[in-house]
Amino acid sequence: MEVTAQGVPYEAFKDNEYIESLVKELQENGTNVVVGSLDKLINWGRSNSLWPLTFATSCCGIEFVSLGAARYDMARFGWEVARSSPRQADFIMVAGTIVHRMAPVLRRLYDQMAEPKYVIATGACAVSGGPFRNSYHVVKGVDQIIPVDVYLPGCPPRPEAMIYSIMQLSRKVKVERFFGGVNRQQKQADFLREHPVEGVNDAADFNTDGRQAPVSDKQ
Amino acid sequence: MATLQETIAKICPTATVAEVDGAPMITVDDAHWHELAKALRDNGDLAMDYLVTIAGFDHVDTMGCVYYLMSTAHNTNLAVTVNATGDREKPFIHSVADLWAVAGLYEREVYDFYGIIFIGNPDMRRLFLSIDWEGYPLRKDYDCSPEANPVPADNERQSDFTTTWVENPDGTVEAKQVEVFSPQDFVVNIGPQHPATHGVLRFRTAVDGETIKKIDVYMGYIHRGIEKLCEQQGYPQTLHYLDRMDYFSAQNYHHGLCMLYERAAGIEISRRAQVIRVMMDELSRIASHCLFMGTFCMDLGATSMLFYTLRVREQILDIMERTCGARMTFNYDCIGGVMQDLDSNFQHDVKELLKVLPANIKEYKKVFVGNVIARNRMEGVGILSREDAISYGVTGPNGRASGWACDIRKWRPYSIYSELDFEEVIRTEGDAMARFKVRLDEIEQSARILEQLVDNIPEGEHLVKVPKLFKLPAGQWFQLCEGCRGVFGMHLESDGGTKPARLKFATPSMPAAGVVDHLTRGEKIADLITIGGSMDYIVPDMDR
Repeated sequence: MEVTAQGVPYEAFKDNEYIESLVKELQENGTNVVVGSLDKLINWGRSNSLWPLTFATSCCGIEFVSLGAARYDMARFGWEVARSSPRQADFIMVAGTIVHRMAPVLRRLYDQMAEPKYVIATGACAVSGGPFRNSYHVVKGVDQIIPVDVYLPGCPPRPEAMIYSIMQLSRKVKVERFFGGVNRQQKQADFLREHPVEGVNDAADFNTDGRQAPVSDKQ
Repeated sequence: MATLQETIAKICPTATVAEVDGAPMITVDDAHWHELAKALRDNGDLAMDYLVTIAGFDHVDTMGCVYYLMSTAHNTNLAVTVNATGDREKPFIHSVADLWAVAGLYEREVYDFYGIIFIGNPDMRRLFLSIDWEGYPLRKDYDCSPEANPVPADNERQSDFTTTWVENPDGTVEAKQVEVFSPQDFVVNIGPQHPATHGVLRFRTAVDGETIKKIDVYMGYIHRGIEKLCEQQGYPQTLHYLDRMDYFSAQNYHHGLCMLYERAAGIEISRRAQVIRVMMDELSRIASHCLFMGTFCMDLGATSMLFYTLRVREQILDIMERTCGARMTFNYDCIGGVMQDLDSNFQHDVKELLKVLPANIKEYKKVFVGNVIARNRMEGVGILSREDAISYGVTGPNGRASGWACDIRKWRPYSIYSELDFEEVIRTEGDAMARFKVRLDEIEQSARILEQLVDNIPEGEHLVKVPKLFKLPAGQWFQLCEGCRGVFGMHLESDGGTKPARLKFATPSMPAAGVVDHLTRGEKIADLITIGGSMDYIVPDMDR
């Protein structure tokens, strides 16, 4: 399968072993013609309208602003619809250092996003802690908190590099299986079980089938 | 000087005055500190009305603070060292939060870093770190290992109470719990993830309908511990952190810290390097103000302004990139001069920029300043008086919009600024529109400086050879420079080694965020965005 990104020839982009292995894995058992074609159609749409979350903590965020302005113009790629609400966004560019105080906030933002969701660790700080790795208050890479799809080095990465990283992400989106794959829906009960809050018994609110219990049953 | 001696002798005969780095350094015990501080501020011949910063220190056997004070009327400055009483468990100093409004915030920072408790401070909570944080990170015996304070998995624990420490008549000190908000208050949380807070800043806002009653500013969402990291690095290695604090003032901050090190080490730099540094500072200033205008207008809903202003910024970044090799974190000024010589097209590029600037400024004025919607949203909103600006330590374009001539380039000229012909832009309205206009006019003044220098870059060496590892003599230094957002102060303490024993950065963004509560009381919640945006704070700059 050929994975092109916005008309760039495949050969020019054939430097990402991760995508190659992903394609190989997905094609191992073949695909149903109907589902496969629908996947292709939906992924074509998804990969061309990736909406970022407006999220920036430091310097990298300013380069992200430059990316939105006229010179680098990410609107050319369909990425310009930066959403302020995580519920409407497809991916987070984690632009900047994540510190201890910010870590639970970032985790919550990620949890609030709807599936399928992606993360780009932008800049040295988000990748590994960068120049602040030895600090007492800095998280040594956001992959300690949330799963990362694309690592983008640089301090800060140039807007061109950011374009390249989102193109890599859209390549990944293109080869994914949508039906039965990334389009998984999580039941609310499962979510609450995986994210317990101290002092709150979520299980009591739900029956075993995952439906919310009637209000009168509650203590 | 004579008045100073008299004042001190009257209040506290045991206090000593020494000359440190060209300015008087008073050492006083905690018992007389508050009285002395009041005298320093209120005595008309001294009139120390501007508290630049409070730098805590930990000399293992003693802990305490250095207060840097300046007089806006007499253009004098002095420092006061106060040693804390009590043991390392609970060191105490009397608060001066009632004398300088900004002191409350600075004292919270010292408490957060050193655990020094300020008696009488109305709000003695940690500032950057969470309430469950173990230890005080800038103490010399602090355990930096990740095991001591692991990355939290759960949401941060919060308290609606703050502590204030009061002194009983018998001399004992006692903690009292005070409510931050009353139980009747309706508190709305704004941030840390909010597009209009300019980064990860959090406001807990008590509102009555649409009117703001009180704002509790939460910082620390990008606190990276730069001051502690600097203590672990050699002097030249500390420079690069300044690129990442206020990333728009990277050149200006570098310039300041290089000057401090050069002064301490006795290094003379060439005239060429000085001219290059000043030109880079002014280019940064134009780029920074351009980005401010773009993002501020975007906050108010005028997105297209961003595209107009970033056009100029990109042109400046191109000039920088050709010489420095980077678009943002330049790391260009270094001890002894500048890292690389200028690009051969530099003069040509700057002239091209100066050619297009006037037309652009005219366009900004036409598109935005004259716009009736913009005027309605900005005029008369968030008025800051001159007295409050000084008391809250709000400097830079924000202070100048309130009528305070606080430009260090004019006030305490450094480098070659005294030879240059430019005006300090001052307005008296003190509202959001004035802050906007000051920045717009400062672009013109920066262009004037560039015009004077672009054809007069002297020949010579751009860099004096300085060893990669060098020692500074033991002592203390304090340096001020003008960043794009205001007065940037640096306090350096050396123990004679290759690393700074204490390096404290006093950034202009922190007071700018601290004054938001004062400015927004009684205003509508929609104006919070206007006021916050017009203060133009950079969150990594305040959190460090």
